[in-house]
Amino acid sequence: MILRYWCFLFIFISAFAKAELTIEITQGIASAIPIAVVPMKWQGKPLPENVDEIIRSDLERSGHFGILSPDDMLSHPSTQEDVYFRDWRLLKQDYLVISSIKSVGNDQYKLRYQLFDVLNERELLAQTLSAKGSQLRDMAHRMSDAIYEQLTGIRGAFSTKIAYVTTNRKRTRFNLAIADSDGAREKVIMTSKYSIFSPSWSPDGKRIAYVLLEDTGSKVYVQNIATGKKQLVSANKGINSAPAFSPDGNKLALVLSKDGNPEIYVVDLNTRHWVRVTNHYAIDTEPNWMPDGEHLLFTSGRSGNPQIYRVSLSSGYIERITFEGNYNARARLAQDGRFLVMVHQSAKGEPFHIASMDLTRGLLQILTSDTFLDESPSVSPNGVMVMYAAKYNKRSILAAVSVDGDVRFLVPSKSGDVREPAWGPYID
Amino acid sequence: MQKIAFNKLFAVSVLALAITGCASDGGVTEDAAMVDESQTQEVAQSPEMDAVNAEEAEVANPMLDQTTIYFGYDRAEILPEFKDVLNAHAEFLVANPQTSIVFEGHCDERGTIEYNLALGERRANTVKSYLIVQGVSANQLESVSFGEERPVSFGSDELNWSKNRRAEIKYSSVVANN
Repeated sequence: MILRYWCFLFIFISAFAKAELTIEITQGIASAIPIAVVPMKWQGKPLPENVDEIIRSDLERSGHFGILSPDDMLSHPSTQEDVYFRDWRLLKQDYLVISSIKSVGNDQYKLRYQLFDVLNERELLAQTLSAKGSQLRDMAHRMSDAIYEQLTGIRGAFSTKIAYVTTNRKRTRFNLAIADSDGAREKVIMTSKYSIFSPSWSPDGKRIAYVLLEDTGSKVYVQNIATGKKQLVSANKGINSAPAFSPDGNKLALVLSKDGNPEIYVVDLNTRHWVRVTNHYAIDTEPNWMPDGEHLLFTSGRSGNPQIYRVSLSSGYIERITFEGNYNARARLAQDGRFLVMVHQSAKGEPFHIASMDLTRGLLQILTSDTFLDESPSVSPNGVMVMYAAKYNKRSILAAVSVDGDVRFLVPSKSGDVREPAWGPYID
Repeated sequence: MQKIAFNKLFAVSVLALAITGCASDGGVTEDAAMVDESQTQEVAQSPEMDAVNAEEAEVANPMLDQTTIYFGYDRAEILPEFKDVLNAHAEFLVANPQTSIVFEGHCDERGTIEYNLALGERRANTVKSYLIVQGVSANQLESVSFGEERPVSFGSDELNWSKNRRAEIKYSSVVANN
């Protein structure tokens, strides 16, 4: 009965709640690598997905590649014998991807692709993959991941998911949605008349913790993505908010104000054992785990304005991390903790932007400039891109910027507002 | 006596609703004054209220009509211009210990959602503490923060933001007689 209810609810939600994200690239790097991804060879009725087009847009969105349009290619080879490297050199391409796909019956496909170094006329990568029709988009993202890693040395994150919240302009309906990292295949997993915020992925990508702001106040839930089952984790008096999964997925750091003002707590999700981490009359919030699972970063107003601090869970020792700027909040880490990414306001009255801080050198860099009221930064699992929420043309949109500030794109929703992005983990 | 208090409460709630409804239109004070007049007339016509003229005078205290107070940016201190309003509510609550209120703390959209949730609570609690100092019993008072999530005014400029940085007083229920 309960299952039937959930199924019904899900169909109901899916039917009208499509917001769908679109992507507009606004800035790539000047020294983009020229690459030609040839249309995939296929004989038969149209495939459910345009695989080579997905790869081209993945690579283009990364900002590191200059993509040759298929219309500008002199030929569309699908086997190595048909590749004339001289032609591709003439087109000033450094790399070339060719591919072919064939049906092996029963909605099963076999896909083969090769990546070539045009200058050295050398094969760099060759893979054969099998997929069902419904998995072709996953395959395309996996090919993008492999090509990206081969050419940049950094693991690709095109196969990962993002979670975000969509809402109508009047803020009377909120949907927590999950989509591919390019915004495709949006799936609403939770809908409410109450505001949903601070979604946080479990490290295995199977659960999401979030805050639901009900009439009686904020509460923290953990939801299983596959089953849709919700679990109430915290509904104490006062604020229950800002959940963050520990690196091992067993604990949740969160904020409770049951003691009179907001303090950081850690709860073991299996034993329900609670530990209070901070004890200060100022606001302490937005905990985020360091990769070691033994320290938390958090935002505190203890110096007068919000700044980023680090606390050791074993000793309780607290250290201030940020000193530059009037307002630094909601810290996230990138590249194994080398960079801190956060919401930054340089001085009172100045705009809010996303900034990164190189923790080894202490250098702060403001990454964004063309969006307004930037907030909620979330870092891709390979530490390269930051997705954040912002105001743009009076709408709430998502946007992304690379941790080095060189690459930017906007991710508006086709309708309504979108906010609170959370980039999901790698799923192997 | 309880019945009378309830009527008073009803009158105040109606006013509160009418005023908060108008706040988003911009002219907070003008609209409030207009609504106050019509609503007071309506209340005066009710036979129960006629029986207690002294109480009625108190209902008409214009200070009680104002159920929203505003804050400075990133601040939770009560601005001096709102002290009279809070004093009026405190007086009413002291005189009517069976009524209770909820303070809703709100913020403008600048800054992070979580920090604003905390700031909204701080605003609600500041008002709560102020009323306790004025002699109101703590068990008549509740607070809840909605952070930046429930704006009354949409738009990203100081005019809209100043309307959203607020604490709203909601007369919620009558405490059971014990």
